[in-house]
Amino acid sequence: MAEKKKTTIVLFSGDYDKAMAAYIIANGAAAYDHEVTIFHTFWGLNALRKDEDIAIKKGFIEKMFAKMMPRGADKMGLSKMHFAGFGPKMIKDVMKKHNAVSLPQLIEMAQEQDVKLVACTMTMDLLGLQQEELLDNIEYAGVAAYLSDAEDGNVNLFI
Amino acid sequence: MEANKVLDAKGLACPMPIIKTKKAMAELESGQVLEIHATDKGAKNDLAAWAKSGGHELAKHEEESDVLKFWIKKG
Repeated sequence: MAEKKKTTIVLFSGDYDKAMAAYIIANGAAAYDHEVTIFHTFWGLNALRKDEDIAIKKGFIEKMFAKMMPRGADKMGLSKMHFAGFGPKMIKDVMKKHNAVSLPQLIEMAQEQDVKLVACTMTMDLLGLQQEELLDNIEYAGVAAYLSDAEDGNVNLFI
Repeated sequence: MEANKVLDAKGLACPMPIIKTKKAMAELESGQVLEIHATDKGAKNDLAAWAKSGGHELAKHEEESDVLKFWIKKG
């Protein structure tokens, strides 16, 4: 077969439901034999955070950010009907009932399918996130690396 | 239709049927047939599109009570 097609997704949102959509499309595209890249920037970086507390020296503002942002995909909130944390509980129950795959599982599956997960280093600095806090086996890059994947891409989404 | 391999994707939600199909298909040789059982209502359009894009042939599909069955011949 000819050269592989490419899907590139920018995940800007830190909402559970939006990240789920991004990762479902990414996994689907990988099953379509596309080369897939998800570029995580701003709040989307939280999807890549490890869920454990990692001791790192940080300044005051960075510490505040770290506390206020969800630590890992499972702790992310919903874009609609969040209801102070009750919404995600409800949706996770419904997902179980319908056998839908959870966001942490979708991320794991994406890694198994060789989806390239990229963290934007500029916004990592802004939010005070460090490599030790993010998942293993991901890449670190900026806009140029993203564009080089996207410019000959076939599907390109901003979520 | 004679299948070389059967994939049970019943009860699985999107995107699992397509991911499992891809994995199962990778283990087959060209010309061999994969039989897939699914209950996701989107599976029909999904598998048809996936097969077409990958150069495979959706040789046959049928519906038995609530189970959708597909036979895809590897291209």
